Amino acid sequence: MRLYGTFNGTLVIAGLAIIFTLIAPSVFQFFTIITLTQVIGLSILALSLALVWGFGGILCFGQSAFFGIGAYAYSVAAVNIGGSTGSIFIAILAAAIFAAILGYFIFYGKVSDVYLAVITLTVSLILYSLMRRTSGPEYKIGKALLGGFNGTGSPPLNMPGDGSAMLFPMQTFYVSMAILIIAYVFTGWLVTTKFGRVCVSIRENEVRTELLGYDTRLYKLCLFSISSGIAGLGGVLFCVGVTRVTPDVFSLGQSALAIIWVIVGGRMTLIGPILATFVLYFLTSSLGSQQIFNANLVLGIILVVFVLIVPNGVVPTIMNWFERRRAKRYARQKERRMKLRKHRAIG
Amino acid sequence: MDLFFSLALQILYGIANLALISLGLAIVFGMMRVINLAHGEFIMLGGYTVVVATNNGVNLWFAMLILAPLVVGLIGLIVERCLIQWLYGRMIDTLLATWGLSLLFIGIITSIFGASTSTVVSPPLGTVTIGEYTSSGYELFLIFVVIVLLALVYLTLKFTSLGLVARATMQNSDMSACLGISTSKIYMVTFSLGAAVSGLAGGLLAPITGVLPNIGVIYIAKAFITVISGGSAILAGTTSASVLLGGVNGIMSYITGPTFGEVALLFTAIILLRLMPTGITGRFFRKSQ
Amino acid sequence: MARREVVVETRNLSMHFGGVRAVDNVDFELREKELRCLIGPNGAGKSTFFKCLTGQLRPTSGDVVIQDIIMTGRESHEIAGLGVGIKTQVPNLFDGLTAVENLWLSSRRWHGDRRANTLVKETIDRLELGEIRSSIVGSLAHGQRQMVELGMVVAAEPWLVLLDEPAAGMTDEETFKTAELVREINKTSALIVVEHDMNFIRAISDIVTLFHQGSIFMEDKMDVISADPQAREIYLGHKT
Repeated sequence: MRLYGTFNGTLVIAGLAIIFTLIAPSVFQFFTIITLTQVIGLSILALSLALVWGFGGILCFGQSAFFGIGAYAYSVAAVNIGGSTGSIFIAILAAAIFAAILGYFIFYGKVSDVYLAVITLTVSLILYSLMRRTSGPEYKIGKALLGGFNGTGSPPLNMPGDGSAMLFPMQTFYVSMAILIIAYVFTGWLVTTKFGRVCVSIRENEVRTELLGYDTRLYKLCLFSISSGIAGLGGVLFCVGVTRVTPDVFSLGQSALAIIWVIVGGRMTLIGPILATFVLYFLTSSLGSQQIFNANLVLGIILVVFVLIVPNGVVPTIMNWFERRRAKRYARQKERRMKLRKHRAIG
Repeated sequence: MDLFFSLALQILYGIANLALISLGLAIVFGMMRVINLAHGEFIMLGGYTVVVATNNGVNLWFAMLILAPLVVGLIGLIVERCLIQWLYGRMIDTLLATWGLSLLFIGIITSIFGASTSTVVSPPLGTVTIGEYTSSGYELFLIFVVIVLLALVYLTLKFTSLGLVARATMQNSDMSACLGISTSKIYMVTFSLGAAVSGLAGGLLAPITGVLPNIGVIYIAKAFITVISGGSAILAGTTSASVLLGGVNGIMSYITGPTFGEVALLFTAIILLRLMPTGITGRFFRKSQ
Repeated sequence: MARREVVVETRNLSMHFGGVRAVDNVDFELREKELRCLIGPNGAGKSTFFKCLTGQLRPTSGDVVIQDIIMTGRESHEIAGLGVGIKTQVPNLFDGLTAVENLWLSSRRWHGDRRANTLVKETIDRLELGEIRSSIVGSLAHGQRQMVELGMVVAAEPWLVLLDEPAAGMTDEETFKTAELVREINKTSALIVVEHDMNFIRAISDIVTLFHQGSIFMEDKMDVISADPQAREIYLGHKT
């Protein structure tokens, strides 16, 4: 079952990620470790998009809407409850439920691909302009001011059950990596289950899947909600890393970034988009410190070039290259063996 | 009575505004089934054309009505030849490529003009007084322009050979290719025309909204909703969706303030799509243009 | 023999496209474990009729009743959800997946993991698909793709099978194999088969329904239909 991928591969990569987590503090500077938390949040966003788009074929251009809802829900809940553990679950649920409601209208209305892409993007943009307007004292949920353009503060993570025991940055990093690895393993497992395989078959041929008796609308809705919940989780880590959340999480640029990570990393893989997030984040942040190239300009070029030249993304392209090389080598060996055998036969 | 009149005018302006920012997108979508994600940036470029031109002493009216559509139409032509034409039949890749283009344009304009507004062009035409309420003369002018624009599109589709070919292609692009119509050429013309209309919209709106590199974002959300709700018929779709959504937006904004006007607009559109997935014209006016 | 129960029935089923009556007031019955072929010239309405049965088209008027449940205008997945195996006219497969994966998806809808795996294995042996089991279906030859699709039907063990032109584009050998397979499926399930290939129909069928201009022209054994001059004329398209 080649295209479905194997769970073993996922576990190997998860193992590598654990090793990375353990050695990271001795390799990177303290400041980089702090930054890493928000990048981990972003990479979970990329992972969620890889799941819904790459495996389910659902072209969600506004994945950052759920990411942002997760971030806002966490911040508001954590300020009100005074603890982070429950707030994380509230954030995941908020994003998933919002997606379920939106998805009901989209999937049960049988809206086609392109419409879906544009609708999700539009939802994100509407949230953007809505949150920007919430800059008065009247816009608050419980104790949390939404803060309009400037956004609202996001409390740091704390020990489960003890709202006053804040985690240190290093601990936050460990927790974030653990969450990323769990999310990755969960997604990797999900795509090998019956549910995941049916989702892949919907991507391949929706009509046929329906003719087999699967209710494709329901499957798509579930996948959409699950992936949105994961995106919401990414939003939590992101806002914890940045220490506040602003309407920019809903911006066009944020949505574009998620798409770019998935395209660059490769649509059909889960690890590709995660790696692409890390690499591109540090690439663009080093570009951001100088003034000659605008970050948007660079991202725009990357997107156009990848769509035109490497539409499959980097990781699948490399994998294909290796596979082809291996196949060639195998063919050559076979040929040599045949020749030898012939020689012997003649000799 | 005056209040009612003034409110009606406000809603009418909202509708006209929606139609203005959506028409360029609708032309491209109706003909090519391509959603141009760089649409907002075409509007933005129209605005910058006007600002640059007037700074160099060009007459404002000339810059808005002639120069902006011309320049942006030309940019559209270049974009179609260099990028879009390689992606026909790959709908999703087209979306992605135009998105990349949108970022690219924002990046280029930011690099040249900086991230904030350089100059403000003040709206020409003064105010018009209706009883005790005043209304901007420029807004009235815009309503007029939109009506003329829609009429022009109608006449073009109905009475010119380009319009006939366009209608044929809209109905069935394979068929018109069989008839020896060069679909590629039609698409090229369509895309630049759509861009030109977007440029015109940008030019006309520049005095009201000012110009910023990322101002496109303000327009595209509404333009997307309008075009998708309208469906693929360029004229009937844009008009009906603009009236419906502009009306909802106007009334809700009046009742609850602008914050929820847009949310109501989105909400209406999503419910509309649940009921009619192919848009208003996909459901009701199948044979319309 | 006692008459078996009716499992599929249409009542006054009509499908109009604009002014064209593709299917016009068709009353049709299929009994348990019956094998029925639908034949007729191009445009006779048999494919449209088939699509109304499978939920791909919503009929203009009339009803489709499956197992005493009115299924008119239901979604395809709801009809398939009754345990109906469907093979459409155009090979309709998951082109990016392998043959095994295709079969598994079909089987797993109805059976638990272990049973599905066994069924997939059995089907592969039965249809002699061993050689292409791990090939990506999109790269297979037309006849092989048809076989994979038949395998998808078999692997689900449906009680009712709807096949639209199963032998189209097959070699003679493959057609023969398919006919044999259809007869075998018929041991456990009822079948409706739309087909052009007369040899194929002779090889499998019992009762044949002849469609003409949207209606059922006659319904009888194949030799009776072949012997009827009017039916021959319709079928062979001779104008005398």
